[in-house]
Amino acid sequence: MKVPQQVARLGVVFAAAIAALLVARSFLVPETFGELGHYRAAAIDSIAAHPKKYAGHQECAACHDDLAAKRAAGNHRGVACEVCHGPQQAHVDAPLDVKPPAPRDRGFCPLCHAYNPSRPTGFPQIDPVAHNPLRPCITCHDPHAPVPPAVPEECSACHGQIARQKALSHHANLPCVTCHQVPQQHKVTPRVIRPTKPAERAFCGRCHAEGASGPAEAPRIDLAAHHPRYLCWQCHYPHYPETQ
Amino acid sequence: MQGYIYPNEFELQWSLLIVLYPYITGLVAGAFILASLERVFNVKEVQPTYRLALLTALAFLLVAPLPLQAHLGHPERSYEIFLTPNRKSAMAMFGFVYAWYLTVVLLLEIWFEYRKDMVLWAREAVGWRRWLYYGLTLGATDLSDPSLKFDDAAGRWITVIGIPSAFLLHGYVGFIFGSVKANPWWSSVLMPVVFLFSAIVSGIALVLILYVVISLFRSRPVDMRCLDKLASFLFYAMIVDVSLEMLDFVHRLYESEESIDILSQMIESRLFISLIVLQLVLGTLIPLGFLGVFSPALHRGLARGSDELRRLIYLMSAVLVEIGIFSIRWNVVIGGQLFSKSLRGLTVYKVELLGLEGLATTLVLLALPFVILWVLVKVLPPWEEPAGLRRLDGV
Amino acid sequence: MTRDEEPSVAPADDPRPTPAVDRRRFVEDALKACAAGCPLILAVMRLPAAAAQRPAGEAAYDPAEHLYGMGIDIQKCIGCGRCVAACKAENDVPLDGYHFNTWVERYVIDEDGDVTVDSPNGGFDGFPPPAAESEIRRTFFVPKLCNHCANPPCVQVCPVGATFSTPDGVVLVDEQYCIGCRYCIQACPYGARWFHPTKHVAAKCTLCYHRLVKGLVPACVEVCPTGARIFGEVEQRPTPLARFMRMNDVQVLKPHLNTRPKVYYANLDGEVR
Repeated sequence: MKVPQQVARLGVVFAAAIAALLVARSFLVPETFGELGHYRAAAIDSIAAHPKKYAGHQECAACHDDLAAKRAAGNHRGVACEVCHGPQQAHVDAPLDVKPPAPRDRGFCPLCHAYNPSRPTGFPQIDPVAHNPLRPCITCHDPHAPVPPAVPEECSACHGQIARQKALSHHANLPCVTCHQVPQQHKVTPRVIRPTKPAERAFCGRCHAEGASGPAEAPRIDLAAHHPRYLCWQCHYPHYPETQ
Repeated sequence: MQGYIYPNEFELQWSLLIVLYPYITGLVAGAFILASLERVFNVKEVQPTYRLALLTALAFLLVAPLPLQAHLGHPERSYEIFLTPNRKSAMAMFGFVYAWYLTVVLLLEIWFEYRKDMVLWAREAVGWRRWLYYGLTLGATDLSDPSLKFDDAAGRWITVIGIPSAFLLHGYVGFIFGSVKANPWWSSVLMPVVFLFSAIVSGIALVLILYVVISLFRSRPVDMRCLDKLASFLFYAMIVDVSLEMLDFVHRLYESEESIDILSQMIESRLFISLIVLQLVLGTLIPLGFLGVFSPALHRGLARGSDELRRLIYLMSAVLVEIGIFSIRWNVVIGGQLFSKSLRGLTVYKVELLGLEGLATTLVLLALPFVILWVLVKVLPPWEEPAGLRRLDGV
Repeated sequence: MTRDEEPSVAPADDPRPTPAVDRRRFVEDALKACAAGCPLILAVMRLPAAAAQRPAGEAAYDPAEHLYGMGIDIQKCIGCGRCVAACKAENDVPLDGYHFNTWVERYVIDEDGDVTVDSPNGGFDGFPPPAAESEIRRTFFVPKLCNHCANPPCVQVCPVGATFSTPDGVVLVDEQYCIGCRYCIQACPYGARWFHPTKHVAAKCTLCYHRLVKGLVPACVEVCPTGARIFGEVEQRPTPLARFMRMNDVQVLKPHLNTRPKVYYANLDGEVR
């Protein structure tokens, strides 16, 4: 059968177009494309070659071994040097030309240590307005091995949100130690040695049981009848009781 | 901005140009499917618009990739989509679907349709026009009976292939959005189907507008049988389109997934004008009402009115439909970016006036297909002109 | 009320080896030599420093030996934002408030259960205390970053293969090949990608890939003062991440999307998305 003229002409045009595309493709596809997957393998190398700005605390320790040792033994042992001193690869490359900044004003430390209720309780927090106003933090605290100047008497140093909520509640006048026994070691290893919590209903009953001798305005309940399965604080939040 | 959005979401990534892209491809697919009515389904009434619909589809298809191109961060790298298409990417298939549709479907169909005329024009014309037409025939000048029969058969077969291809072209655009699982406004299995039927609606409306307007300019009478048929098809397509969109809407509302709150908020505030007013009332309910009453779609037309009145109502309805379909594209593309993927906040989109992705570019790109169509109509007249008139036109 | 059980204390320093060269002494010697008028020494002086940057392992870095991931302990995050600042410095991220490889969100859930989320400047400058403190039921910070998904939708949608997962499990962007279509940004459920305003390509967290190949941890992990970010290997046991996964109930973000993230959260609240 004779091929129609139209088909022949169109065939030539299409064949030429496809051939041109294939030729162009063989020239234009990047060399390393497809080596590792559907991408340019060389891209990994160029990304890996990006210069680093943060040297890493190991680099700092190579020269500043004294400070590194001090830091490693103190409460900032997990805080890398460049958290406060900023990215210092430039200083590593040219130790004499580039000097790392050291934030000495009161603006920097509160980034971590200003009171903020969203922070986990137990994290040391202060109120920057009330806490020794105008004095730079480093007059009292050594940033490389910070400790409170005296072991804190006030639980609020680390439990700010609880202290604030309690201050607004009917329990405002109760000191923490009324309900919690705090071992001295809690201040040294706070996560290992924990304060106690009231272990029996009768403890709260000293104020809240019927006929208790506490303040008259404290609500009273029948300890025997009122949900005897639970300790009081399993339902009520004593730092901020429901009735205010 | 209201509520919370991820910080990287302040900038809208897909702007007005990306609204334009599905709008234009929709017009292409719709116009082609209309053309195929005559060819494959033998709807003889719409014959006067057959060639016009084909040329319209071509004019818009040539412009379709431009908004994408203008929107790319690196337009000069766009060829990579042909070099190293990622087979897993819905977007990578764009190049191939587009190339297939442009060359294998549209250009071939137009070529077979016009070949006989082009050969005749080449014989009749002088100077560069002679060479132009000769070049366009690719030298296939055989006008024998079997050859012309082959043209006709080929055209029919290409149309048969073309219908699923047109579905593919626009359904695929819907898939680009519908397959984004990260975005609850887009992620819907109905998205490609809704895109498709709204495309058919917009294509029919466009050809209807062009047919009426061009007839006016050529001071030719409008074939009312053809226009009534177009209006009826427009009505039917809209019914399907609206049903699908309602299904999508009811389904979302009924499933009431975690995104429902933020999406309802978005519809009530950010999308109120474009979705409720423009898309639903102006773009759908009003034209649907007018077409239902005046077109012969239902019961040979409830109130027929004079030809003059129907022409006016059809034209107005078609214009409203075009506005409505553009709003659909806007509501999909922009709406999908107005809420945060945190489902906790809404952002705003301000159209820039000038600039590469602004209103000005959009208007130029919207006007461009009509310029191309004007050229195409001059080179490949879709209607039979008396020989004398053609020379008077001077083209 | 926040958790009043777990006081947060900085973790022990990780016992990574320090370079053997005592560089400070070397610099001191060099200084003395300089004073004696020997400019040549100055040039030579930089050599050991450069050598020290590259631990012995780098030449032999084999991506096949690694599969990186990150752990985030919500209960340890104090919202200081040092990770955000470090990331921007390390990776040349624009310093405006609209482009972040990593950012920190604050959730405040009030007594009615209403949730307020904010992230002022991505947490770059830390967080001011929230307005109405007395009404808080619980509140916490959530650091976010690219999840380096094992089934990354961004990689799936890239039309040209300009973004990809490396053999060691990091999702990267080839900025010399990206056409800037931004489909990947749309496909990321986490808002972790952004469009570079001057390079005009998609950009994202690289997990500090340039640091990983040198045996270092990502910058955000390096500077996290409370150890809230834990870096390590997903499939090997003796890494901090493995311990983190053993000691905590971990969750990933938006698990229903089956992106299979490799950033694991401990103590994650159900309101976070």
